[in-house]
Amino acid sequence: MRLAQHMAVASDRVRATAIEANEFPDLSRAYRVAAVPKIVINDRVEFEGALPEAQFLAAVLEAAAE
Amino acid sequence: MALLSAENVSQVRDLFQALRDPVKLVVFSQSLAAAELCARNESLVREVAATSELISVEVLNLAIDRERAEAYGVTEVPAIVVEGARDYGLRFYGVPTGYEFSNLIDAIILASTGEPTLSDATTTALAGLPRDVEIKVFSTPT
Repeated sequence: MRLAQHMAVASDRVRATAIEANEFPDLSRAYRVAAVPKIVINDRVEFEGALPEAQFLAAVLEAAAE
Repeated sequence: MALLSAENVSQVRDLFQALRDPVKLVVFSQSLAAAELCARNESLVREVAATSELISVEVLNLAIDRERAEAYGVTEVPAIVVEGARDYGLRFYGVPTGYEFSNLIDAIILASTGEPTLSDATTTALAGLPRDVEIKVFSTPT
């Protein structure tokens, strides 16, 4: 969550939404959350667990690509 | 009953020494949808806000304040929007306890200072994003 929040403050284009998985079972099911943290970017790129900044950025860029 | 212990409050006050500019916590509730969770969320946000004069709270209703919800892109309750000098896109769905609570405190400090700590490479890459990006982070309290 830390990187997502920092990226949101760094860029007007980025929004970071923290979702408490247990309180939103429908959303968790829809996004197939099996382990946490699970990160889903633009509903296109997803991964589980913490990533170093460079890899997290790569996932953001992939999700934002045309 | 208070959700935050005296120890929590003391830790939060310490962390909030880092606050610089005002932060507004915009809370979305809807009693018909999730009354208990929304009430807990509101209580928690008010307890956090009570630790600093720089933090204000606005409570909105998802069903009534639809235009505001749409502007913030909020579709679920309970929700918290953490707003600093502008809306940085910091959102929380669900009552932020445990792990999420420290994320909320971090988000408040970040919104207050407006100074992310990222590498130059990341900052440059983000400046060139061709479209809006929404990062959803699912987690649990423990």
